[in-house]
Amino acid sequence: MSDPTVPDPTVPEPTGSVGFDELYQLNVNGETRDVRDAWVGESLLYVLRERLGLMGSKGACEQGECGSCSVMVDGELVCSCLVMAASAIDQPIVTIEGVAPIGSPSDVQQAFVDAGAVQCGFCTPGLIMATHALLERSAEPSEFEIREELSGNVCRCTGYGRIIEAVQRVSVSRRADAESGIAS
Amino acid sequence: MPVLVPTSLDQAVSMLSATPDALVLAGGTDAMVEVNAGHRKPHHVLVVNRVAELRSWTFDPEASTVRIGSAVTYAELMEPPIADLVPALAEASRTVGSPQIRHAGTLGGNLGTCSPAGDGLPVLAALDAIVHLASATGERSMPIGEFMVGVKRNARRPDELITAVTVPVVSGYQGYSKVGVRNAMVIALATACIVVDTPGRTVRLAIGSVGTTIIRCTDAEAFAASAVDFDSGTASGDTVTRFGELAAAASRPIDDHRATADYRRHAIGVMAGRLLRRGFANV
Ligand SMILES: Cc1cc2nc3c(=O)[nH]c(=O)nc-3n(C[C@H](O)[C@H](O)[C@H](O)COP(=O)(O)OP(=O)(O)OC[C@H]3O[C@@H](n4cnc5c(N)ncnc54)[C@H](O)[C@@H]3O)c2cc1C
Ligand code: FES
Ligand code: FES
Repeated sequence: MSDPTVPDPTVPEPTGSVGFDELYQLNVNGETRDVRDAWVGESLLYVLRERLGLMGSKGACEQGECGSCSVMVDGELVCSCLVMAASAIDQPIVTIEGVAPIGSPSDVQQAFVDAGAVQCGFCTPGLIMATHALLERSAEPSEFEIREELSGNVCRCTGYGRIIEAVQRVSVSRRADAESGIAS
Repeated sequence: MPVLVPTSLDQAVSMLSATPDALVLAGGTDAMVEVNAGHRKPHHVLVVNRVAELRSWTFDPEASTVRIGSAVTYAELMEPPIADLVPALAEASRTVGSPQIRHAGTLGGNLGTCSPAGDGLPVLAALDAIVHLASATGERSMPIGEFMVGVKRNARRPDELITAVTVPVVSGYQGYSKVGVRNAMVIALATACIVVDTPGRTVRLAIGSVGTTIIRCTDAEAFAASAVDFDSGTASGDTVTRFGELAAAASRPIDDHRATADYRRHAIGVMAGRLLRRGFANV
């Protein structure tokens, strides 16, 4: 018996590598983006913000503690400050900019606004990413589950009450939509 | 070729032998903290978390063992069926960092860092895990107790990769306990892992964050083996108290900025007693 979630080892993939001054590509929000003149140790957070101009992911601690830099890499919610950018070649990366087009917020983004879960907004992009990931895995999380799943995202303004309320609102409205047969 | 992303173990070990100064990177949750802070400035990086052999685990029903690839993440260890085969490892994994850290962080990285506060390590110690290493010149395996040498020191040679650990599937209660300042995102002040082997009539206890490396509490283990009733699954209040005292006596904590030695020793006694109580009903 082996874990079905891991890639099938019988399917060979080419070995990737990124050289010193080489240009390399990252797949960000469905687009292939060139990264030039980068130092090998640069974090994905740094490359997203400073080299690709994607300022939505926020950097605060750069040590995995605050979650404001959260993105999806290969379908998993991770701290982009702890991902070495060049190690993410050939993996789909989704940032807050890829969640919804500007001007038409996702249901999670709208719920954060409606519930008053945004004050200074610094933690918000990371929390939106974490909330989408949470609701993807668990459509109707308990409050306990929400607290545990969002424990990697620090907010210094709201006290979390309204954030939890926002998550619950999305969960309730998605269920209502599903029950009335509306595709979300 | 500074960033190498091999997909097979053969490629990975031959790349490491060609670039022995490469930073081996799995989830990056320890290594990137040091890189971001400027404490580590790698010229070469070998990314191991896309090596198929390291990304999977297998159950051998005949030997009743699980072999866990070093690049399996904490999030994966928390999911059944492996969470049911090695429940203490799933419990310990759940205490690591946050969901973001658990999606990236790996058991191999915990072994590589070899901090006495590593949450995977007391479980591996209590299970008498075997650590597997591979290099371009061959493979070797050693008991976890020999692999962990000291604070952030292990027996891995620079040309070797940690490939896997093998742990037994044990029939009996197992559990993990951790004390820190909050539930999430916390470095352990003291940890304990109990593994009860009911058919084998043994109780194993390993403690962390209270010494230079993980400590097995052999006096407490020997005492419990003779004092608990394996058939009825019960233990007396006195047995629980004594087990906690012997565990606390085995700890070698220090005072530091996070807690005092006295507090840590006390916490070990409380956690050991509680874990024994979870495994054996009161009589
Ligand atoms: C915010 C935060 C919270 C954390 N909380 C916890 C916690 O609660 N409990 C805990 O135990 N840890 C915690 N950690 C530490 C870290 O997440 C763990 O130690 C984790 O297991 C490291 O795994 P990794 O795959 O990310 O390792 P990496 O950072 O990739 O590597 C760690 C070390 O191991 C070496 N290495 C990795 N894989 C191999 C291999 N296959 N062969 C040889 N060497 C290898 C690397 O070279 C490096 O020296 C936390 C870290 C952060 C940033
Ligand atoms: S900036 Fe990445 S977790 Fe804080
Ligand atoms: S709204 Fe200010 S940090 Fe969360």
